[in-house]
Amino acid sequence: MTLDSYIDYVILPILAIALLLVFVRLFKGPTIVDRVIALDLLITIGISVITAYSISRGKSTFIDVAMILALIAFLSTIAFSYYIEKRGRK
Amino acid sequence: MIDIILAVFCTIGALAILIAAIGILRMPDFYLRLSVTVKAATLGGGLFLLCAAFYFPEEVSVTTKALAILFFLVLTAPVAAHLIARTAYLIDTEQWKGTIQDDLVGMYDKENHTLHSEIPPQNLSGEMEPESGPDENKR
Repeated sequence: MTLDSYIDYVILPILAIALLLVFVRLFKGPTIVDRVIALDLLITIGISVITAYSISRGKSTFIDVAMILALIAFLSTIAFSYYIEKRGRK
Repeated sequence: MIDIILAVFCTIGALAILIAAIGILRMPDFYLRLSVTVKAATLGGGLFLLCAAFYFPEEVSVTTKALAILFFLVLTAPVAAHLIARTAYLIDTEQWKGTIQDDLVGMYDKENHTLHSEIPPQNLSGEMEPESGPDENKR
């Protein structure tokens, strides 16, 4: 079993299951901060999926997308926390 | 040989991410969810990026990019987690009923959101009832 098929048949399904579990929390989340951290975790798992896919396909171009996603995740979490604190309620 | 090492790294990273996802679903409280999530997800993503950095050895730019993302992820995840936890505490997100100790009760100034190392004098009157005190200050 090569590394490509191992990633395709084992690693990516595990990551897909993790994405589904995080989506459950994103829809359920009792407060808004739960949804914010679910979104943050979703983007972090997305970075991992992009990296695993680029290893499995042997194309290194997808790493650029992962870099932009990492920047957007940090910025969105900071902006959400700033404005939720300004709003001052749940 | 390098493929086996990369497969082991990918497996550990995927399991860490799976544990983080189960944790965010099953933990009873926002603070516990945050505590489980950030560390495990950062470990998982970091291991995947390390794999990518070693998988493309002939392209130096890709290795540098993957290591840059790894550095950025490790640098920014604790900052984002700290900020969102501070916000959650300031808007009175409810805690798990099994919480034993809350060291921050009364430490935050409700007006300008600064943290004191001792309980400030304007909060001392409400400190008798820590359950209803902050809510009455807010309304």
